[in-house]
Amino acid sequence: MTEQSVTIPKVFADSPIRDLMEKALGDERLTLADGVRLYESDDLAAMGWAANAIRERRHGNVTYYLKNRHINYSNVCKYDCFFCSFYRKSADDEGGWEWTVEDVLKHVADYKDTGLQEFHIVGGVHPDLPFSYYTEMLTALRDEHPGVALKAFTAIEIAYFAELTGKSLTEVLSELKEAGLAMLPGGGAEVFADRVRYKVCREKADSDRWFEVHEAAHALGIPTNCTMLYGHIETAEERVDHLLRLRDLQDRTGGMLSYIPLRFHPDNNLLGSKKLGEPTGVEVLKNIAIGRLMLDNIPHIKAYWVMLGIKPAQLSLSYGANDIDGTVTWERIYQMAGATTAPEDMTEERLRQVIEEAGRTPVERDAFYNEIADTQTVGVS
Amino acid sequence: MTRDRSALLERAYDKAAAHERLSYKEGVALLEDGDLHVLQALAHKRRMHLHPERVVTYIIERNINYTNACVTYCRFCAFYRRPGHSEVYVLTNEQLRSKIQEMVDAGGIQILLQGGHHPDLPLTWYEEMLAFIKGEFPQINVHGFSAPELEHIARLEKLPMRTVIERLRAAGLGSLPGAGGEMLVDRVRDVIASLKTTTADWIDIHRTAHQVGMTSTATMMFGHEETLAERVEHFERCRELQDETLSYNPDGGFTAFILWTFQPANTAMWRYPKLESHQYLRAATVARLYLDNIANLQASWVTQGPRVAEISLLSGINDMGSTMFEENVVSAAGTTYAMNSESMERSIRECGFEPRRRNVWYEEVTV
Repeated sequence: MTEQSVTIPKVFADSPIRDLMEKALGDERLTLADGVRLYESDDLAAMGWAANAIRERRHGNVTYYLKNRHINYSNVCKYDCFFCSFYRKSADDEGGWEWTVEDVLKHVADYKDTGLQEFHIVGGVHPDLPFSYYTEMLTALRDEHPGVALKAFTAIEIAYFAELTGKSLTEVLSELKEAGLAMLPGGGAEVFADRVRYKVCREKADSDRWFEVHEAAHALGIPTNCTMLYGHIETAEERVDHLLRLRDLQDRTGGMLSYIPLRFHPDNNLLGSKKLGEPTGVEVLKNIAIGRLMLDNIPHIKAYWVMLGIKPAQLSLSYGANDIDGTVTWERIYQMAGATTAPEDMTEERLRQVIEEAGRTPVERDAFYNEIADTQTVGVS
Repeated sequence: MTRDRSALLERAYDKAAAHERLSYKEGVALLEDGDLHVLQALAHKRRMHLHPERVVTYIIERNINYTNACVTYCRFCAFYRRPGHSEVYVLTNEQLRSKIQEMVDAGGIQILLQGGHHPDLPLTWYEEMLAFIKGEFPQINVHGFSAPELEHIARLEKLPMRTVIERLRAAGLGSLPGAGGEMLVDRVRDVIASLKTTTADWIDIHRTAHQVGMTSTATMMFGHEETLAERVEHFERCRELQDETLSYNPDGGFTAFILWTFQPANTAMWRYPKLESHQYLRAATVARLYLDNIANLQASWVTQGPRVAEISLLSGINDMGSTMFEENVVSAAGTTYAMNSESMERSIRECGFEPRRRNVWYEEVTV
């Protein structure tokens, strides 16, 4: 990036967040108070410009996508999180399911040798399945689909496996790694503040435990992602606190590849029934931009289109995001919460068109953000 | 970018910031090479300059499509049926009454009355429909008949346009929608709608409406055959006519400009890649800066969805459009978003504005 292109345009001369734009562009770290000011500002264009300048400095015009497939192996869960529309108490309840390892293999059989890069595997916290179910699932997938990275189990699931087996997090993660685990997704972070967790997900692992899981994974060389579920009861300060805790962890370990702000969906869950509306499109872009501006040590910001909607996700590519996730294909967690995007219809060709409309260069990646040489537009669609 | 181009762009930014009129070349430079965030900031400043109150307006209005029979066969349309097709309909008076009553019960004040180009209905049929509506609901404004519908009726009746407009107005027509504008560039019209009203005729029909003292809106459907420069050409056609109308009527003729993206599914033009929102946002910002003589810009939540409509409120747009109630044209092409007055007001408030109900002339309507 040339010197000229980091000159802040004249139109932002009187922006109330001009000092923060300069600070971020000068590689100075933003503080809690700075982050709160950004959330409270409605100067979307100014924060978008700054976040985009930093995004382009890091990644140029490239926008990543990948060919991936979600596996939600079960939605049976022992917890009752108020923001969740996905879980059921039993596989026998209406809308409940649990797959055997054979079921899992059958569901993804069509993907053999198609150039798929990643299985994204998450489920509820199942009260009855033995730990061996999870290791067997990973091994079976690895054997059947060599070359497809297994990104599996949120920190909440991992913490539960430790509880279930009486083993340490490191032992549990080592066994999963041995079985084929390549990476952890970023889910279960929600909002770290105790006040919020107590109100929306008091049963699940607390924020300290979430960090212990990720730190243990990083120590074993397992990279992870991180998330924030915004737009329910959290304050601006609690959002920024969340981002700063992620930044601290990354300073210690460097093990996180991407940050994914997740938009709360209010349908079919207890929080939504309390008359919480959907976060606005402006909130979507602000969360992307502020994530980029605050998290100076996390390489990638992902606009997860299934969660944001394809249109806001596309706009996010100009507000700090450099990754739009993938073809996904079969996703239930946000569909059951009222998301209107239909991953079944998404093709690689369409993802590339969406990225190109935004003036970006689509680049296919693997699960670890390595570029795939010689991108094919055939394959799974 | 060449040095000349950079200089042109900088000059366009400066003129836009100073609220000066942009030339066609400057408009093209902005749309082709302008920085999205700079455009967004400039357009939002212009919008706040034109409408300093932190208010976003909307109207409670119902779409009514009186027929889907059409003999114009536009390639971008998924709504029409050829005469004789089993799905052809023409609404009865009873159907009209119940649709309008439903809207009135929800606080509505206007219908957007449009239809296909039916081969057999005479002008008297339209006059009777208007007379029926105004007889039943005298308080309702009928915002109706796109320029191509009017042209179709005038041709069938072999009457001058002015006569058709005056007779419909006498029967109860209140204002004209901007539909059928599509792209006001004949090269593009020849490709997408070769049987439809030409650019000059579309402009002339709106000119006639303005001359007899009616207001209208202008629209643009983009994201198909046209180039970026042709989008600006479309803005230019609208700005020119508004200048002309302003020369004899200080209120002007176009009350608003509405742009939306072409929805290709189920149309003969399905091969064009569907635009999502990036090009929409860019076009909206340049429209706000270029159309310095048209007061209002409407969000197209119908094609863009409520989330992008919210973003557009910080990007030059000052009106949420209409509640619609039913939408038959874009939804026939597979796009189905929904908003009602409650969700609109919520969106507007969440974006930091006060919602305000309006009529077609952008006057406040008290609830």
